[in-house]
Amino acid sequence: MKTLEPYLAEHPYFRGMESRHIELLVGCASNVKYDAGDYIFREGDEANHFFLIRHGQLALEIFRPNKGGIVVQTLSENDVLGWSWLFPPFLRHFDCRAVELTRAIALDGACLRQKCEEDHELGYEIMKRFAHLMEKELLALRLQLLDIYNVQN
Amino acid sequence: MCKTNHELPAVSHGDNVMVPEEFLIDKIRKNTEDTFTMDLVRLTKKEPFKFLPGQFNMLYINGVGEIPISISGDPSITDYITHTTRVVGSVTRGMRRLKINQTIGVRGPFGRPWPIKEAVGNDVVLVAGGIGLAPLRPVIYHILKHRKKYGRVVILYGTRTPDDILYRQELEQWRGRFDMNVSVTVDRGDNSWHSHVGVVTKLIPNAPFDPLNTIAMTCGPEVMMRYTAMSLIEMGLPMEHIYVSLERNMKCGVGLCGHCQYTDKFICKDGPVFTYDQIKNIFNKREI
Amino acid sequence: MTQKAKVTNKFVIKNDDLHHLFEALSNDGYKIIGPKVKNGVIAYDELHSPADLPEGFIDKADHAFYRIEKTDSKELFNYNVGAYTWKRFLFPPHHKLYTVTKGENQLHFTPNKDKVKKVALLGVRACELEAIKIQDRILAEDKFVDAQYTEQRKNSLIIAVNCTTANNNCFCTSMNTGPKAGAGFDLALTEICDNKNHYFIIEAGSKTGQKLLKNLPTTEADEKDLAKADEIIDQTINMISKTVDTTHAKAALQENINHIHYDKVAKRCTSCGNCRMVCPTCFCTTVEERTSLDGETAERIRIWDSCFSKDFTHIHGGSARPSTRSHYRQWLTHKFANWVDQFGTFGCVGCGRCITWCPLGIDITEEVTAITDDVASKYEERAHTHENA
Repeated sequence: MKTLEPYLAEHPYFRGMESRHIELLVGCASNVKYDAGDYIFREGDEANHFFLIRHGQLALEIFRPNKGGIVVQTLSENDVLGWSWLFPPFLRHFDCRAVELTRAIALDGACLRQKCEEDHELGYEIMKRFAHLMEKELLALRLQLLDIYNVQN
Repeated sequence: MCKTNHELPAVSHGDNVMVPEEFLIDKIRKNTEDTFTMDLVRLTKKEPFKFLPGQFNMLYINGVGEIPISISGDPSITDYITHTTRVVGSVTRGMRRLKINQTIGVRGPFGRPWPIKEAVGNDVVLVAGGIGLAPLRPVIYHILKHRKKYGRVVILYGTRTPDDILYRQELEQWRGRFDMNVSVTVDRGDNSWHSHVGVVTKLIPNAPFDPLNTIAMTCGPEVMMRYTAMSLIEMGLPMEHIYVSLERNMKCGVGLCGHCQYTDKFICKDGPVFTYDQIKNIFNKREI
Repeated sequence: MTQKAKVTNKFVIKNDDLHHLFEALSNDGYKIIGPKVKNGVIAYDELHSPADLPEGFIDKADHAFYRIEKTDSKELFNYNVGAYTWKRFLFPPHHKLYTVTKGENQLHFTPNKDKVKKVALLGVRACELEAIKIQDRILAEDKFVDAQYTEQRKNSLIIAVNCTTANNNCFCTSMNTGPKAGAGFDLALTEICDNKNHYFIIEAGSKTGQKLLKNLPTTEADEKDLAKADEIIDQTINMISKTVDTTHAKAALQENINHIHYDKVAKRCTSCGNCRMVCPTCFCTTVEERTSLDGETAERIRIWDSCFSKDFTHIHGGSARPSTRSHYRQWLTHKFANWVDQFGTFGCVGCGRCITWCPLGIDITEEVTAITDDVASKYEERAHTHENA
C-alpha cells in the first residue's frame, strides 16, 4: 500500500531503515479501525499482529475475578502496541480495549517473523528497534511502579 | 544564577522577619483523602497580600511548629491567600485539625517565583505530579488572565489514582477550553477511569508545543521532575527553559537557618524555583 | 631620611594603665567580655579588671588535644584562642524570638523586645575578627537579617589583640585571616612584654575606637615600638606549622562530590557535631517551641543547630542527608567551596578549633588536602591551558 510507505518511513521506530526493508513492512501493513469499547485482542489470543497507533487510545487490561478489567497502561498516538508476536509461544499477555475511536496500522507479525528468518539483516533491524522500545517501556513502568506520589513509608 | 526580572513583592515583617503575622482561617475545603485547602485572611492589617506564582509562606501552627507551604491561589486576588496542603507529618496533621476562625501565623511570601515573565511569547508546558499541581496553579490562573500573551498552553498532570486527582473540577474546566491542552494520567486506574494510565512523562511526546519556543515548568516528587526534565530535553528543550521547584527542610524561610542548603544554593531564597541547567549536576546525586 | 617619621595613628599604653580602658568601657555601659581561666580552659567570660586576664597562661592545642599551662611570663594574652568563640555573646545559643499567647480562638504573636546589652569584646584574634565579619555578611547584610544579631552588633565593640604566638592547629596564614588583625576592629592591641617593659601598641579602627582612645593615657608610638610589633607578627607567622593550599579547593571539592576519600573520613567521624559548636563562622539554627504547662502561652526559641544531625534535613518522614559520610561532606564542601559561591569568602578562618575539639582529631586541612592533592593534576592542567589560551 503506497500510502502507508511515507508514514512508516517517518515513524520514530522505523526511521533509518533501508527502503527495501520499509517496503517489506508495507507489504505486511494494513489500516485498521476500532470503535470505543472494541477489544483488539484478549489474553491468550494468538499474537500475530502489532500496531502503530495513529489516533485514539488503547488500554492494556488485566482481568481480575470480582473486579473486572483493571487498566495497567494506556497507549496513544505514535505508541507501538504489542511485542508478543516476536517471542514464542506468540500469545497475548493482556486484554487490549479501545478506550475511544482508534485508528492504527496493523502489521502482520506472523508474516514479518517469517521474513526476519529469511533476511537476518531485517531481523536485526526489527529486534534493535523493539529492544529500544522495550527499554523505554521498562523505564516508564518502573516509574509507575514506584508509587512516587505516595508519602507513607 | 537564574535572574528573573521580577521585583519580588515586599514581605511585611516590621523589623523581625521571624515573627509571624496573625491570619484567620476563612474557608476549609477537602480536596482528596489526604489533601485540603485553606483560605486565610489577614487579622491585623487591611493591606493586600501580594505574591508571585511559585512563592511560599512559612505557616505556624500552634503547638506543633512551622512549615513552608506553597501559595496555591490566584495571584490577582489579594484579600485572602490560599494554601493546599498534604498531610505528611505532625505539623500538617495539626493544621488539618484547625477550624474556621482559628489563627495561623504567616510569614512571607518568600522564594524565587516561576518564570511567568520569561514565558511570555512562548508555548508553556506545565508538568505536575501529585500535590505538585498546587504550586503551579497560580501560574495557570495568571496565564488564563493574560491568555493572549502566551502561545499554546499544555497542562500534564499525573497522580496515583483517580481519587487523588487534585482540583479535578478545575482541571475539567481548563480541559474544556479551546485554548488549553490538558491531559491527566494515573498510575493505577479503576473502573470509572477512562483516560490515560501510566507515568506522566509518557504524555510529553504527544503534547503540542514547539520545543524551541517553550518554557516548561514542572513540580512534583523529585524522581518525577528528573524524568520529566529528561523527557523534555529529549524533545529538544534547552535546559535553561526547564524550571523545577525543589523543597527541603526549612526553619526560617529567609536564608538564615541553613537547613535548606543544596550545595551552594539556599532553596528558600535562591529557589525554590530553579532552571534545570542550574541543578543538573547535583539533581541525580545522592544525599546532597 | 634623617627625620624620624611621625606615625600619628598608633599609640602606646602601659600595662599598668590598662585598667583605664576597663573603666572607660564600664562607664560607657559596656559589659566587658574577654579571656579568663575557667574550668581548665581559656574561656571568654565577663571581666571586671585586668586582673581577670589569664596572665602567664599559654595554651597547647593539637589533634584532639588541649591543655593550658601557667608560665612565669607576665604576658596577659599569650594564649591563642579561647576554647569556644565570641559567637555566644553576639549570637546566643538560645534566643527567644517571640511569644505566642492564646486569645479566645485566636493567637497573638509578641516579638521579643528585650533590650540588647552593650558588650565590649576584649581579646578578639585576627581570625576571630574575620569570622565575625563573615557572620555579619550572612546575618546582618543580606536581604533578610537576623534582628537580634543586627541589634547586638550595633551595640558591640571589638578590641582586637594581635597574636604573639601560634599553636599547632593554627593555619590563619593559609586562609589569609591573620595573624595580624585586618579592618573591622574598634581598637587593636599588640602586647609587647619583655624583661624591661610591658606595654601595648594601641590603634583605633573606627570613630568609636578613636573616641575611647582619646580618653586613655597614651603616648605616641615611635618607630622602635612599631618595629617591635612587626617583629612579633613575623615571629608568630614563623610559628605557624599547619598549612593548606586552597588554590584549587573550591573546584576540586565541587567537582568531586563522590570522592572515595569521603568514605575514609566517614569511618572516623561520629557526627558528634563538636566542630560546629566551636566553629566561629557556623550559623545554622533551628526554632523550637516551649509551651507553658497550661498550654496558654508558648515561646519560640532560636537555637544553634548542627548539619551533623540526621534531623537537620528531615522532610516527609525521611532525611535528605542521613549518613555520616554526607554530613562530613556537607561540612567540608560548605567551608571550602560552597561558602565562596554564597558569600564570597571561604567559611573557614583557620582558627583550628575544630581540630582541637574533634574527639577523633579529624583535621580539616588534611581532609581538604587529601582530595585536592588527588585531583590536583587535573586543575594544574586546566590553569595551564587558560594561561596559554
